[in-house]
Amino acid sequence: MTGTFVGMPAFPTAARQALGDTQLRRNLAHATHVIRDKRAKVVAEVEDWEELRLAGAGVKEAALRDLATHLETLEASLVRAGATVHWARDAEEACAIVAEVTKAHGVDEVVKVKSMATAEIGLNEALEAEGIAAWETDLAELIVQLGDDLPSHILVPAIHRNRAEIREIFLRRMGDVGRPAPADLTDEPAVLAAAARAHLREKFLRARVAVSGANFAVADTGTLVVVESEGNGRMCLTLPEVLISVVGIEKVVATWADLDPLLRLLPRSSTGERMNPYTSTWSGVTPGDGPQEVHVVLLDNGRTRALADDVGRQALRCIRCSACLNVCPVYERVGGHAYGSVYPGPIGAILNPLLHGVSDEQTASLPYASSLCGACFEVCPVRIDIPSVLVDQRAAVVDYHRADRVPKAEAVAMKAASWAFSDSRRLRTAERASGLAGRVLGRFSRTTLPGGRAAAGRLPGPAAGWTGARDLPAPPEESFRDWWDRTDGGRDGGAR
Amino acid sequence: MSARDDILRDVRQALAGVSPAVDVPPAPRAPDRGGLVALFLERVEDYRAVVTRCAADEVEQVVRHVLGPARAVVPPALGLDLPGAIVDDGFTATELDAYDAVVTRAAVGIAETGTVVLDHRPDQGRRAITLVPDLHVCVVDAGQVVADVPDAIALLDPARPLTWISGPSATSDIELDRVEGVHGPRTLHVVLVG
Ligand code: SF4
Repeated sequence: MTGTFVGMPAFPTAARQALGDTQLRRNLAHATHVIRDKRAKVVAEVEDWEELRLAGAGVKEAALRDLATHLETLEASLVRAGATVHWARDAEEACAIVAEVTKAHGVDEVVKVKSMATAEIGLNEALEAEGIAAWETDLAELIVQLGDDLPSHILVPAIHRNRAEIREIFLRRMGDVGRPAPADLTDEPAVLAAAARAHLREKFLRARVAVSGANFAVADTGTLVVVESEGNGRMCLTLPEVLISVVGIEKVVATWADLDPLLRLLPRSSTGERMNPYTSTWSGVTPGDGPQEVHVVLLDNGRTRALADDVGRQALRCIRCSACLNVCPVYERVGGHAYGSVYPGPIGAILNPLLHGVSDEQTASLPYASSLCGACFEVCPVRIDIPSVLVDQRAAVVDYHRADRVPKAEAVAMKAASWAFSDSRRLRTAERASGLAGRVLGRFSRTTLPGGRAAAGRLPGPAAGWTGARDLPAPPEESFRDWWDRTDGGRDGGAR
Repeated sequence: MSARDDILRDVRQALAGVSPAVDVPPAPRAPDRGGLVALFLERVEDYRAVVTRCAADEVEQVVRHVLGPARAVVPPALGLDLPGAIVDDGFTATELDAYDAVVTRAAVGIAETGTVVLDHRPDQGRRAITLVPDLHVCVVDAGQVVADVPDAIALLDPARPLTWISGPSATSDIELDRVEGVHGPRTLHVVLVG
């Protein structure tokens, strides 16, 4: 694994690789189950959870449906509160703005609060190219950054690493970029966290520029909100002289009161707590307290593309709680890297194609990275109907690639099937052949399905793509038609 | 065209023909559990914060006891007599790092979630002072405790910077083992008055 998602293989390839990693699977299964159970407990505490979800979904949906108005209001309130507002059409523009503001202050480093938006635009790499070091200050992001690794989960990005690996990464890398880890570092979580505290405090105390994202942006008051646990967010938002926040345009809510359902839904859905340890809100500049120069970069980067999609628009309601990851049977087994994006799991499987389109093989594979079991919709605090969007995006993938591909084995098979189904004699012949195949496959099958039916393992040839990820039940030895003819629809009593 | 105009145009185009009218149901309220203060104390403690309840005339004594020999910084209008405590004078982060403790008041306490909210008026001080020292002693009046998040939002002024604090700083990033105090104060001590 190298520190970039660019050029990642399509989901099936990446997933097959991940499935072979038993350590990864064990870490992930443990983590997702622990968080899932914690969530279920605190959600059960709230009597009107369903009403709260409806309110949360409503607040976000209303903001999206009138987004231009709210963005203009937000800009005006931010400016009134002393902030400078920038707009960025894409990743490149956003990164250039951050680099420019940083350079204007003559510094070559920034401290960062964990932020999906800045990961999405590849800000760290872009700043590095400009000679600016961007230090991640969230413990998990620090582990990922020092390990030259990629995040694998929205909420706990280093969940794929165990304590021994983390100790090794700290010992090997901390000294290269600042205060080294103590030589007697053990793999106790508290000891590792203390090493991170000492390493990062040095950076917090000297940092002059910080970069953050925002969980919410309130239009009528110009307030940004950051929700976190460790206090690294507060460090970045409070101590430096200059603060630059990169905010996706979909983060807007209309009014201060709209935060209510969201601040109740997010922590319970995310970390399974009644409230996260720290929430910071600020509106522009407060004289004498905190950064005296505040910049906000409003980022599109595909969001208007997603907004135009009638079915997919709802994905922009996402508050990045990661609950859908923790309940997803696919995510649980393959982990976040296989999705090839900073947005993994069910939400990633719809958000990436919505933001970027499906022209690229990797993105086009994502809507298929799901069993459509519906668990993600059940837990989503803002009621995003992920399964429906997945199905709709599958259709988009098929439409887009209709012309540009050699027909797949599946398509050839479907054509053959429609030829056979359209004529009863042909169908009978085909069924006889399949009965024969059933007897052959049944004999050579390597697997038995629950219920005792034989199944074929991996088939050779074009069918390998299908059987590579599932067992193919052996066809019955006698077709329904033959059975009907032989027994007169069962009246002959004849089981065979 | 500027990026601003482009983005706003794209937003409008994306939503052409989409009705902005959305039925937003009101957020439900938590049922009245009664015993607000007791619930607040229980929930704060649940976060592994330390809680002491005392009468109004005992506050100074309690806080002095909690601080012990710790070097403490205090906001300008704390209104408590704490010998040895230094009033914040716009210290730099590095200067604050030399202090062990900070004592502040709060703006609101939220029972349902066990949260204290600071709005950083002069009795609570700048944001930095409650962040850098390792022990935060927060004095909350029983009358400041509200039932739930919406009550707090209604009381708070968004024009001020706000810090919502629920327990000490914590991380679960290493194998989901919870560790307190990564960057913020490792100990939160809530003194509830009344
Ligand atoms: S889609 Fe829903 S459940 Fe998934 S991260 Fe977003 S808000 Fe959470």
